[in-house]
Amino acid sequence: MSRIGVAFDKARADGRALLVGCMPAGFPTVEGSIAAMTAMVEAGVDVIEVEIPYSDPVMDGPVIQRASDIALAGGVRTADTMRIIEAVAATGAPVVTMTYWNPVERYGVDVFARDLASAGGTGLITPDLIPDEADEWLAASDAHGLDRTFLVSPSSTDARLAMTVQHCRGFVYATAVMGVTGARARTSDAAPTLVSRARAVTDLPIGVGLGVGTGAQAGTVAGYADGVIVGSALVRCVLDAPTEADGLAALRTLSAELAEGVRNPTR
Amino acid sequence: MSADALAPVAGPQPDSAGHFGRFGGRFVPEALVAALDELDGAWRTAMAEESFRAEFGALLRDYAGTPSLLYEARRFSAKVGARVLLKREDLNHTGAHKVRNVLGQALLTKRMGKTRVIAETGAGQHGVATATAAALFDLECVVYMGQVDTERQALNVARMRMLGATVVPVTNGSRTLKDAMNEAMRDWVANVDETHYLIGTAAGPHPFPAMVRDFVRGIGDEARQQCLDLTGGLPDAVTACVGGGSNALGIFHAFVGDEAVRLYGFEAGGDGVSTGRHAASITGGSAGVLHGTRTFVLQDADGQTLESHSISAGLDYPGVGPEHAWLHDTGRANYLPVTDDEAMAAFELLCRTEGIIPAIESAHALAGTVALAPKLAAELGREPTIVVNLSGRGDKDVHTAGDYFGILDKER
Repeated sequence: MSRIGVAFDKARADGRALLVGCMPAGFPTVEGSIAAMTAMVEAGVDVIEVEIPYSDPVMDGPVIQRASDIALAGGVRTADTMRIIEAVAATGAPVVTMTYWNPVERYGVDVFARDLASAGGTGLITPDLIPDEADEWLAASDAHGLDRTFLVSPSSTDARLAMTVQHCRGFVYATAVMGVTGARARTSDAAPTLVSRARAVTDLPIGVGLGVGTGAQAGTVAGYADGVIVGSALVRCVLDAPTEADGLAALRTLSAELAEGVRNPTR
Repeated sequence: MSADALAPVAGPQPDSAGHFGRFGGRFVPEALVAALDELDGAWRTAMAEESFRAEFGALLRDYAGTPSLLYEARRFSAKVGARVLLKREDLNHTGAHKVRNVLGQALLTKRMGKTRVIAETGAGQHGVATATAAALFDLECVVYMGQVDTERQALNVARMRMLGATVVPVTNGSRTLKDAMNEAMRDWVANVDETHYLIGTAAGPHPFPAMVRDFVRGIGDEARQQCLDLTGGLPDAVTACVGGGSNALGIFHAFVGDEAVRLYGFEAGGDGVSTGRHAASITGGSAGVLHGTRTFVLQDADGQTLESHSISAGLDYPGVGPEHAWLHDTGRANYLPVTDDEAMAAFELLCRTEGIIPAIESAHALAGTVALAPKLAAELGREPTIVVNLSGRGDKDVHTAGDYFGILDKER
């Protein structure tokens, strides 16, 4: 079983959901992103999702777009992401990578998988790669023992849902709403239905992302999902902070609140 | 022929998942797959129905004013050293070939029961065409346009608003066409139930490249027949400008099977491909994934999209439709860059010899033709016949061209 799978099992045994926290690599700087992700782990985030910044992130809302732009303007390279993953993996928390497809293809799919595995990454979340187009990634992830997290959506048909989860390894990413990343005032009504539809066709753990930003929302999602994925709300802590130290403090506070939330599932 | 503008032809087709060789396909969030499948189904069903084809053909004829003329440009020909036939898409309603595509997609939008269309636009031509079709079909219309483009194409912004569309200036990224397309994709993911994304060129995820090509392929069907009628034979070459590439595919498609007809796509070379300031994705880019499809892309060593540069807003895009990438791979079509200066020289030449002000996009096709003519004449040992797709008119470019030529009065 993958390291992520072990972490999900342990959380399940403890009667809680796993907390996955996302941060773009190189935001605000390479060292700054390592510090931010380390602070998240120390404050209770179970799994770190490192997003590779991309120039055209069509699944991301304004907060992550801005953070990605800052990272890219700072000159972060894909090779830096590997270094960041290695540093964060050294904290002991599993590190999953989220990336749009073109940077992987440009790096070379097999070389990317090899370097990711040797950096200690567990696998990839691929927001714009569907299994239909993923032959090269299926082969490379098998060859290098990496997890594959494809997305399922409220609009996925039953047939696509079954096909997609069949190609996943590690966990499945259920997008709670029809839309892009970003914290929202209320959690989604569509998500519980999607999770139960996914459970009917897979035993893999299911993480829910898009729109979760508070401890209470995390508790609600923890009531029906195995993992709660938080991105924009955490990124905003760093983005809005006047100094890096303030950003880290805000990150720790929110991480702790979210960690408390996933331990108090609303059922 | 416009009465059956969608009748099946033997031209090249992608596989069932939209792959043109190693290009095309779908690189999209899963959330959009259901909508793309729905669109693919609606398009294929509609294409097979004689009544749909008749409805589309009637709109093209009675509303858009096609078939467009094939005009023998004698004075331009004399300067160029070739018999140049201009496919006058500039005379279509809304001023460019784009009206063909939007009418087709608007009909499909109605068929799918959707009430809202969104579009991206660079020069504003596709936005105006979409706003036009939305008015005609009583659809809500939102157009995303890079802020840089809203400034250099202010007249088209006003046009869209007059037609009842909401124009959203896009302020992130490079604030041009590619960012407008990102923003439209984000809107689509969030509102896909009632919204159709009316993509303006033969790019994006399957089925857009093949579908858009089919909606505009009347250009070539008409031109091929008109050339036969006018000259008694096929042309030696067909030329067009290539940004996303819909006007070029529209005119190429009918000729792909005619092996003796050379096909030339002229990309926006900006300041010159060697300067890095250009929008020539095929001649100056590399294979990658952008906006839902695998194609040639302007990108850096890490796969980050590079900013494109062109005097023509409509060609200022760092990607190209996947069918062009494939026609390039197979060698069936030739792609060459044309610089801003070359395009503007041809722009001026057409104005002065024919009294026709072309779109700056189309001026790239004219400039490429000017360069091609002597080579082709030498190769053939006679005056060549060249059909040029004059894809749009230059009204929208008067300010840019006036600036370029320094003919605007300073006091204003």
